[in-house]
Amino acid sequence: MKIKSQKDFWSGLMFVVTGLGFAAGATNYNFGTSARPGPGYFPFGLGILLAILGALILFKSLTVESEGGDRIGKIGWKPLGLIVLSVVLFGLALPRLGMIISLPLLIFVASLAGDEFKLKEVLLNMVILTVGSWAIFIKGLNLVIPLWPTFLGN
Amino acid sequence: MELLNNLALGFGVAFTLQNVFYAFFGALLGTLIGVLPGLGPVATIAMLLPSIYALDATPALIMLAGIYYGAQYGGSTTAILINVPGESSSVVTAIDGYQMARKGRAGAALAAAGLGSFFAGCVGTIIIAAFAPPLTELAFKFGPAEYFSLMVLGLIGAVVLASGSLIKAISMIILGLLLGQINTDVISGVPRFSFDVPELTDGIGFVAIAMGIFGFGEIIANLSRPAEHREVFTKDVKGIWPTRQDFKNAYPAVLRGTALGSILGVLPGGGALLASFAAYTLEKKTKGNPGDVPFGQGNIRGVAGPEAANNAGAQTSFIPMLTLGIPPNAVMALMVGAMTIKGIQPGPQVMTSNPELFWGLIASMWVGNLMLIILNLPLIGIWIKLLTVPYRFLFPAIMAFCGIGLYTLNNNNFDVFMAAGFGIVGYLFFKLGCEPAPLLLGFILGPMMEENLRRALLLSRGDWTAFITKPLSAGLLLAALLMIVVVSLPSIKSKREEAFQEEG
Repeated sequence: MKIKSQKDFWSGLMFVVTGLGFAAGATNYNFGTSARPGPGYFPFGLGILLAILGALILFKSLTVESEGGDRIGKIGWKPLGLIVLSVVLFGLALPRLGMIISLPLLIFVASLAGDEFKLKEVLLNMVILTVGSWAIFIKGLNLVIPLWPTFLGN
Repeated sequence: MELLNNLALGFGVAFTLQNVFYAFFGALLGTLIGVLPGLGPVATIAMLLPSIYALDATPALIMLAGIYYGAQYGGSTTAILINVPGESSSVVTAIDGYQMARKGRAGAALAAAGLGSFFAGCVGTIIIAAFAPPLTELAFKFGPAEYFSLMVLGLIGAVVLASGSLIKAISMIILGLLLGQINTDVISGVPRFSFDVPELTDGIGFVAIAMGIFGFGEIIANLSRPAEHREVFTKDVKGIWPTRQDFKNAYPAVLRGTALGSILGVLPGGGALLASFAAYTLEKKTKGNPGDVPFGQGNIRGVAGPEAANNAGAQTSFIPMLTLGIPPNAVMALMVGAMTIKGIQPGPQVMTSNPELFWGLIASMWVGNLMLIILNLPLIGIWIKLLTVPYRFLFPAIMAFCGIGLYTLNNNNFDVFMAAGFGIVGYLFFKLGCEPAPLLLGFILGPMMEENLRRALLLSRGDWTAFITKPLSAGLLLAALLMIVVVSLPSIKSKREEAFQEEG
């Protein structure tokens, strides 16, 4: 068997797996009856429906010819990894180290994901965005965001 | 006369200093993101959602609406000047607009786009004001079965008119509906799919999904592509005012575009994008004066028509959102979310329970459109400078605002991690060619759909045929089915693919 459309094959598979996953999860909840549907009724039906549609996409990807095989192409591991990493680091650092450290950290790591990395520009970006965010969110909108690291007291 | 009274109430609200300021701010921000590459209205509105906690409902929605139609103006500027449409709805504007710019007529093209949009915006505002009350009346007659069927129609309509694979889009809707099932069941109080994570019992924050997929996911996708080279065409932006002949050529196109856009905007899934495509096709088919510049070589009608249409469509797409609480596109889905954040239940009752908000929002659209014309034509020089901002400055800024916004949602880093996860999911969707907008619509409508389905079944004592024995409900479902059948017909299917080919 030959995959005729890579994109459709993998998305079909994704839909089948998630659909079945939700349907299986829904069996943990009371299904109820049609007259009195329980919490598991709607998600179970939807999960099955998604799995069926996914299977159709899967079937199509194996039978219908598509131009150039609809290849997925290279995965951009570098931007994927660095962007996600920068967000996770930010989430971990903000409550402990405050915005003054975590925001420049976010910007620095995220900037590494770009094609061009010029240290001077990135430093400038860090300063402008941190000061700007402080002015907009903490001064302007009065949002409660930790500014300084917790180990510095207040 | 009720219309006038309502509009008077609306303008009274819209012309308060505070609301004028927010309309201006929204329009300004919208133009900015329309001009800046790689930043669309969906991501921007998602980014701003946390900050609306600090605002009242009316100014908050006025601002968000301003961003949406401001982006339509800004997008056309880049389309004309650098042949890169800032928004997808300006794709067709680039065809003739850029050619006009190359012939040194950028000013006339920008003016035609701006004035055409302004006219369309005015008409759109009146249409909303005139048609919203009767539609609202109709919506009050809806029971749960009719509401459920209406939502099915809305969701199906949203995808048949969009580009890409139909079956994948429907799958994305269902995936969105399922993600909306991660919550505490409203009827029985049972937490579902929460895996004992306390934060998940309230459901996934839709800001986390929107920012993750449309913010982070899109950044990853943009960065993994080779950087595009932007050539800014700015030498000859002088003589903003079009000639007499230009006016004569452009105004029928503006009228046609406005009419077409207003109708298409109301349809589910319509809005700005479809309107501009349809208007361009219409202009090409309409016979012009002898001696006109051919289309594709800088015909002013090719700019004025689509631009009027996309603005009219952007305006009238508020109608289903305001009257029925059913968002026709991703931006409106975020608006519904914003209303919920502010404690307003979207739906037909908004007009009576929050008349200031309802009419104020409508009136502010006219105010916003007026501001946009002031912002865009005389200040065009500033926007041209902004066109040259490289993406490497831009995306860290988007990340910073998203990060802070996510944290402040609940003063908790849980949403930050969720959004990081949805960033990966968003990139996956991009790689697999799955359009994410239907997912957001499904996610927003999921809980409402389930509630109406279950209530309808309760009322009919478990009889599923209730959905097809009630005439109104049956009609709505039939319309949804018809739409699927029609776009699946081989002859229409190839036409549809052809129409979206130009977009590619």
